[in-house]
Amino acid sequence: MSAATYPGPVLEVRGLTKSFGAVQALSGADLSCMRGQVTALVGDNGAGKSTLIRCLTGVQPFDDGDVHFNGQPMRLSSPTEARSRGIETVYQDLALVEDLTVWQNMFLNRELKRGLGPLRLLDRRRMIAQSQAHLERLLVNMPPVRSRVRRLSGGQRQSIAIGRAASWGSTLVIMDEPTAALGVRERDAVEQLIARLRADNIAQLIISHDLEQVMRVADTVWIMRRGRTVGHWRTADITRERIVAAITGANGSDPAARGDRL
Amino acid sequence: MASTALANRFGDRLRDPTFWGDNAALIGLVLIGAAFSLLSPYFLTWGNITALLVSASILIVLASAQQFTIVAAGIDLSIAANLPWSAVVFGLTYNAGWGTAAAIGAAIAAGAAVGVINGLIIARLKVNDFIATLGMLGVMSGVALIASNGQSFSVFSPFLQTLALGSLGPVRYFYLIALVVVLAAHIIFRYTAFGTHVLATGGNRDAARNMGIAVGAMRIAVYAINGALVGVAAVLLVARTGGADPAIATDELLSSIAAVVLGGSSLFGGRASMLGTVAGALVLTTLLNGFTLLQVSSFYQPIAVGIVVIAAAVLSRFQQ
Ligand SMILES: Nc1ncnc2c1ncn2[C@@H]1O[C@H](COP(=O)(O)OP(=O)(O)OP(=O)(O)O)[C@@H](O)[C@H]1O
Ligand SMILES: [Mg+2]
Repeated sequence: MSAATYPGPVLEVRGLTKSFGAVQALSGADLSCMRGQVTALVGDNGAGKSTLIRCLTGVQPFDDGDVHFNGQPMRLSSPTEARSRGIETVYQDLALVEDLTVWQNMFLNRELKRGLGPLRLLDRRRMIAQSQAHLERLLVNMPPVRSRVRRLSGGQRQSIAIGRAASWGSTLVIMDEPTAALGVRERDAVEQLIARLRADNIAQLIISHDLEQVMRVADTVWIMRRGRTVGHWRTADITRERIVAAITGANGSDPAARGDRL
Repeated sequence: MASTALANRFGDRLRDPTFWGDNAALIGLVLIGAAFSLLSPYFLTWGNITALLVSASILIVLASAQQFTIVAAGIDLSIAANLPWSAVVFGLTYNAGWGTAAAIGAAIAAGAAVGVINGLIIARLKVNDFIATLGMLGVMSGVALIASNGQSFSVFSPFLQTLALGSLGPVRYFYLIALVVVLAAHIIFRYTAFGTHVLATGGNRDAARNMGIAVGAMRIAVYAINGALVGVAAVLLVARTGGADPAIATDELLSSIAAVVLGGSSLFGGRASMLGTVAGALVLTTLLNGFTLLQVSSFYQPIAVGIVVIAAAVLSRFQQ
């Protein structure tokens, strides 16, 4: 069965472990992401969310556990490999080059070229046109594609980074705190973008500390505590208060979380 | 109607401080040129302009070499030793009877080898660019002295003589070569993926790495190109002086960095402007040329150059 038609979860993680010397950063983390859904990953500082993502995307190796992508076992050794499989990550620092233009960033390291052999030059016109068309469809507040990223606002930058991640036929877009540094209006624009990608049938995994946001944008939420997954709910079936309780472990060994895990 | 709109747009651009920052060298060149042409009737003659362009050629090539490292957020201090070293290699190869083509190849290879070593020290041994090339400055100045026995020597090559004095119509070969180097660099930065990756490496190394760009290889590559261009400059230098001198070339080092900075490229990397760099090199050369015409004592020249560089740096604060 081809990747695009596989009906199960795009990403499925079971029992992932990872230690840094004496620090057990992950001690059995589970996760799954469905096509066309927004999956939120929440947890206290140091719970292991970023580590989990770095392990998934090949930035760091993990110790044990398994990861399936479109039903196939997968173990990545570099972020480039992840990208070639259609897994894109928007890092907290966005990975944009401020002195390059929007379109140059969009096509960074996948430049379109024309001509032959060693004389293959950049096809600037096509890259500009494609960036324009792609971003125009996704973004409400569209910055000029020819302007340098340095001139853009924080929200515009975030949108460009997400727009880049969501292009080129990617199937899973992972975002580490995509709106942490934004004001309300810019946050709304990014949330609209997330909704659009959802409608495009892309699977999205979002780390967020903003539980209101999780309830607004996510379909399901996974909760991590001390390197372990302690809960998994549809956001429609849970309240913010119970998520907080699960994050902090306020209910002892989480009978609440255990009771109705999906 | 259209012309007033155009005039308005132009007016807006002139009022925009970033316009002045981005084009500081070009504006400076025009101002300095205007001043000298008022002060000396000889300044704007074709003879003087040719002389000016010829004497700017070596600096333009060296500044282009420096531009590659500066764009990648590096810097090459070893230019001051690599230039005489490559010139000495040219002279020794040529005087040993290997012929002009072999000597040119040897000089460029010698320069490129120094560049590759710089790049390896910086990218693989993770030594700061400034320190690595400062170290190589010492090493290569010694090597050049050893190779030449500490003596400058003459190199007589009819080919180089043609190169230095010949012309294609009114255009002298000498600055034609500089022009070719500049155009090639411009095409690399603007129209190739490699150039974009170099800009990205200089602008935001972590981001470039995250996007899968081999930043270490990029840094080695820019130092290799830098070294090869220093080799080209060395050939021009031998052609111009008719000999090879192992003495360290501090003036050329300072001027090459000053030209790039004058041209509006940030020392923090990520931006390249070949037009700016050429204008920067021309500003520095024009200052020397004009002072010579006006018979100002040469002691004032470095003062003027220094002031111009600082003024350009102040203007560049308005860059966007
Ligand atoms: N490279 C590393 N070396 C050593 N320890 C690490 C490393 N990376 C993460 N850790 C540790 O692993 C644990 C999980 O960290 P991680 O960054 O994944 O948490 P997080 O859930 O993303 O937190 P935050 O919400 O603050 O971003 C922490 O105790 C952290 O100190
Ligand atoms: Mg984190």
